[in-house]
Amino acid sequence: MPQTTLGQPNAVAIFFFFLFVAITLGITYWAARRTRTTAEFYAAGRSISGFQNGLAIAGDYMSAASFLGIAGLVALKGYDGLIYSIGFLVGWPIVMFLVAEQLRNLGKYTFADVVAYRLSQKPIRISASLGALSTVILYLIAQMVGSGSLIKLLFGLPYELAVVIVGAIMIVYVLFGGMLATTWVQITKAVLLLSGATLLALLALAQFGFSPTALFSSVAQKYGDKVLMPGGLVANPWDAVSLGLALMFGTAGLPHILMRFYTVPDAKEARKSVFYATGFIGYFYILTFVIGFGASAIVGRELISKIDKGGNMAAPLLAEAVGGTVFLGFITAVAFATILAVVAGLTLAGASTLSHDLYVNVVKGGQSSEEEEVKVAKIATLILGVIAIILGILFKGQNVAFMVGLAFAIAASANFPPLIMSIFWKNFTTAGAVASILTGTTLAVILIILSPTVWVDVLKNSAPIFPWKNPALISMPASFLVGIIISLLTKEENAERKYEEQKVRTYLGIGAE
Amino acid sequence: MKDILETKEFRELVSKKNRISILLTALELIMYFGYVLVLAFKKELLSQKITEGLTVGIPVGIAIIVLSWLLTGVYVFWANTYYDKVVEQIKNKVRR
Repeated sequence: MPQTTLGQPNAVAIFFFFLFVAITLGITYWAARRTRTTAEFYAAGRSISGFQNGLAIAGDYMSAASFLGIAGLVALKGYDGLIYSIGFLVGWPIVMFLVAEQLRNLGKYTFADVVAYRLSQKPIRISASLGALSTVILYLIAQMVGSGSLIKLLFGLPYELAVVIVGAIMIVYVLFGGMLATTWVQITKAVLLLSGATLLALLALAQFGFSPTALFSSVAQKYGDKVLMPGGLVANPWDAVSLGLALMFGTAGLPHILMRFYTVPDAKEARKSVFYATGFIGYFYILTFVIGFGASAIVGRELISKIDKGGNMAAPLLAEAVGGTVFLGFITAVAFATILAVVAGLTLAGASTLSHDLYVNVVKGGQSSEEEEVKVAKIATLILGVIAIILGILFKGQNVAFMVGLAFAIAASANFPPLIMSIFWKNFTTAGAVASILTGTTLAVILIILSPTVWVDVLKNSAPIFPWKNPALISMPASFLVGIIISLLTKEENAERKYEEQKVRTYLGIGAE
Repeated sequence: MKDILETKEFRELVSKKNRISILLTALELIMYFGYVLVLAFKKELLSQKITEGLTVGIPVGIAIIVLSWLLTGVYVFWANTYYDKVVEQIKNKVRR
């Protein structure tokens, strides 16, 4: 069996890691002097180009889970990993066709701006914050717990220390550099991740004469033809459809992703940024497929699952096998950078919900000075950062795999439906929106608790009460349905009248911030 | 503001944009859920071997990723060449 130095302190990894942190702190220092107003803190002064934002979106979206997790899934399960990759990609065209430009034209800093555009501010802001914060916090816990264990595996650092380091660096980015620093951290990370993954895939393919089919057939010879066929991941057909819905529409309801569209100057750049982002993300997922098979063929499943049962170390192990300790160090540092960038984006989205939606528009009734709002946003960043560290430590060793699934399910069921209905449906009302959000959130949470992932895997009951792992097939249509019925039962003339004005702004961008 | 809503150009623009958005969304949905349904109910189709080291599922899966991206490209092309122009025309008309 091949050996590995993974988990022992690696000088190259530590060097690259410090280099990344030094560069990003430099960026933060530069950004801090350009981050004074609310538009600068939340939206980088709307100064990011479509191409830059495309990279930053890719940076926000390509988490350690998708890099290490999907490569591991492919390495251990073969073809099934590709099913996940596809699911994570297909939401992007939906974002493009239904959400991105509309959001840019109608909103200011958060997606709740769009929902609340012509409805009653307070009830909408409060309920939309519920959906946004639960999505962000669940995603954040999953990332923090994942980062603690990954860094422990990668560098041999204690779990708690790793969580504190990630939390502290991320707080510095967001607190001082706001969206401008966060964006450039995302861009740096995206470039590193894309080039690292490209090099890794090429080095793996080089051992097979640059022929993907030669690589695939070598894995098939080793572990059977089944690795190239869809397997047990889709045991229950309806569950597969439900997961597909959550992944597709959840993407279009992730607050930290939606927020990125406010960083570009106009709808045209927003649309370009989705095109670039989709290209980068799609390319990256195709690479992870090759990397996963490369790890299977070159490293072997035995070692991969010995180091980590879930297969998360497949990509780093492959890096070591094809490029030695130096390349392992580089890939390890890239994985660390990936985690940092994603949690920074999430924290900023959460902080903007707390300050812009809840503090300014609910507590202060929309009356607040620029300085005050930025100050509150910074306090919110600090609070969220500390909460993330505490939750990361509290959930140590827990099975948090369901949390990303739940975050996507809530995003698809509580954030996406009201957003779409407020953009496209004239008769949508405040009561309808609130009911839609509450239905989506509660159904998604309750059904996940009763599902096999929590009821059996976490709570150790023998049989699930709700049979599917993903609730979206029930909770998303329910959210739409309740929103429609309640809107039809309650008439809101003011909102209907304002729809005309909203339409001019949606389609022409007249009056957009 | 009211004037814009009444104009034929604006109404046409809105209905054209909605039609394109719905058409492209429908294409994406059909493509993806078609794949998911085949996976769920008839995965043998994707398990067929094409040559050594390649099953139908692999090029199909990669094609879905590439086609999804191309669809976003189609939209950007349409919006950059047609939509933005009409938006400018309407805006100019209002300013006059």
